[in-house]
Amino acid sequence: MNGAPSSPIAIDVRGLTKSFGGREVVHDLSMQVRRGSIYGFLGPNGSGKTTTIRMLCGLLTPDSGEGTCLGFDIRRDAEKIKRRVGYMTQRFSLYQDLSVRENLEFVARLYGVPDPRGAAREMIRRLGLNGREAQLAGELSGGWKQRLALGACTLPNPQLLLLDEPTAGVDPKARRDFWNEIHALAAEGLTVLVSTHYMDEAERCHEIAYIAYGHLLTHGTVEQVIAKSALTTYTVAGDDLNGLSAALAGQPGVDMVAPFGNSLHVSGRDKAALETSIAPWREKEGLHWQFSAPSLEDVFIELMNRSKDNFQ
Amino acid sequence: MSAVDTSAPAAEIREPSFGFWRRAYAMVVKEFIQLRRDRVSFAMIVMIPVMQLLLFGYAINTTPHNLPTAVLLQEDTDLGRSILKALENTAYFRFVREVHDVDEFDNLLKSGKVLFGVEIPRGFERAVRRGDKPALLVAADATDPVAASSALSSLSVLVQTALEHDLFIGDPPSLPFEIRAHARYNPAASSRLNIVPGLVGTILTMTMLIFTALSVTREIERGTMESLLSMPIKPVEVMFGKIIPYVVVGFLQAAIIVSIGIFLFGVPVFGSLLLLALLSTLFITTNLAIGYTFSTLAQNQLQAMQLSIMFFLPSILLSGFMFPFLGMPVWAQYVGECLPLTHYLRIVRAIMLKGSTLQNLQYDTLALFGLMLLAMTIAVTRFRRTLD
Repeated sequence: MNGAPSSPIAIDVRGLTKSFGGREVVHDLSMQVRRGSIYGFLGPNGSGKTTTIRMLCGLLTPDSGEGTCLGFDIRRDAEKIKRRVGYMTQRFSLYQDLSVRENLEFVARLYGVPDPRGAAREMIRRLGLNGREAQLAGELSGGWKQRLALGACTLPNPQLLLLDEPTAGVDPKARRDFWNEIHALAAEGLTVLVSTHYMDEAERCHEIAYIAYGHLLTHGTVEQVIAKSALTTYTVAGDDLNGLSAALAGQPGVDMVAPFGNSLHVSGRDKAALETSIAPWREKEGLHWQFSAPSLEDVFIELMNRSKDNFQ
Repeated sequence: MSAVDTSAPAAEIREPSFGFWRRAYAMVVKEFIQLRRDRVSFAMIVMIPVMQLLLFGYAINTTPHNLPTAVLLQEDTDLGRSILKALENTAYFRFVREVHDVDEFDNLLKSGKVLFGVEIPRGFERAVRRGDKPALLVAADATDPVAASSALSSLSVLVQTALEHDLFIGDPPSLPFEIRAHARYNPAASSRLNIVPGLVGTILTMTMLIFTALSVTREIERGTMESLLSMPIKPVEVMFGKIIPYVVVGFLQAAIIVSIGIFLFGVPVFGSLLLLALLSTLFITTNLAIGYTFSTLAQNQLQAMQLSIMFFLPSILLSGFMFPFLGMPVWAQYVGECLPLTHYLRIVRAIMLKGSTLQNLQYDTLALFGLMLLAMTIAVTRFRRTLD
């Protein structure tokens, strides 16, 4: 069987397409994820991230397309995939009316973990939930719920974690702890696919893919994605940036003008045209122009704007 | 200029009354749209009154006709034949079996295949001719007193009228034999003896259905279904996991109701308590399976409740709980045969009041089993393994 469990590729799918009620949510999506890597899945709300993840773990059947997940066919071997994959849903989906310990024991028993009580106890210790094990899951704070959910999906020792916006609505400290945990798990050989729309989280991933309107627009390491965008960006600081922003928007070669704190990012794909358009303001009093690398956010916003024209 | 000044405030004062209707209208439109989209609620609006009207109007018949009757003929004479003919002409009785020994006669009554038995004893005609006024035995299954009593009470008058033409009975018009009516199993025709065992089944139907009807839709509405489906569990396992706890609950409930029946209402249990417990468990499981099936068919908890009510209503009306089953029109009896409560009522009444054994109750036990398997099969095939 090709793509045997020892293959270096954990997820290998081609041409995944899914529609709901005549609306195509995921279009011809292909991706490969290396074993042991942290793969970031980025894109705006409603871009098809959740749908893609659900197709990978057998919760949705693709309309067309094929591929393997951990070496198993995503269409035929959904049951085998489920046994080896931990899926953390976007919305907290453990039982709110069960305690922390009861939830973990339930998961352990479902997966046939040899000593469910012991496994749950060990996970409670690992999560730092000691003293809260009798608390109902519904009464936990957002950050603890998220830790519990991560604990529940790592408990059966999966080979692949699918995390759907795991840090939405979680405070920065808890987010940082969470990412440390993800890196620790990846270091143990676990493959992690994580969707997010936080740019700083994207930079914590080994590889990223950007998806908008159901289309996978770009993928690679953060550096590769920025380089591939071929975007030229100037950062301007100074007075009356609002006026400048209005004047530059829509000029030939200026694809995007976005404020960043006290400065303005002016970006365009056509470097020559961009520089011609901004030339009149380059020497203006009170404005400091600086050639800079585009940020990941610049790249994504530009990709999104462009895909909007193409697909909507 | 002044016209503008006066019209503006006037419009402001008028505005709220129109506003009320406009907003109410908007609300009405919205509610209608939602109602139209919610097919199940829409169906309930039409189905409930139609169903109730049909059931109450046609199925319910407290003076039942054509009740199945067995004849025990100890002698074959013209007079016996005339009497049977006369009985059948009353339209209360319909002779379905002719038997020749007492055991068979008793068994028919015990298994509920017939509600009445007429016995023409040996030497009956000769005794009549001698003027001995022999007894014509009419045995009625009075576990359902409504069905039995109206037929029994009018018996002698009807037979007399019918026989006047056949027999040359002069004045005074009196019967040359005695009709000895025997209300079996419930000699006092106490409706309590009928209703209490019936309540066991009715209460269990209602509570069991609702327990499981909400189980799957609740997981979907709370979002836990997504997690559950991503884990390696099979539909059959989910079903048994959800049914089994309530079998225990249902069993306790049944035990409470039966105990109250025995100790508070003095309902006897002539049959085996163990058999009653076993068959009650079967009935409980069947209802749980049906409720669970509704849960897999419904989109949300409200729909699941509505489906349960749709099932509960005919169960009450067509099972023989409220009205004599055998007195209902044939189509209603066919519907009744599809309801677990119908079979359980026969079982529980037969065990408690008639002391029936499993052998007497074979058909109803198999029917319950069949309904349970059918519901489980539908539930397992209908269970959505994906979120598609």
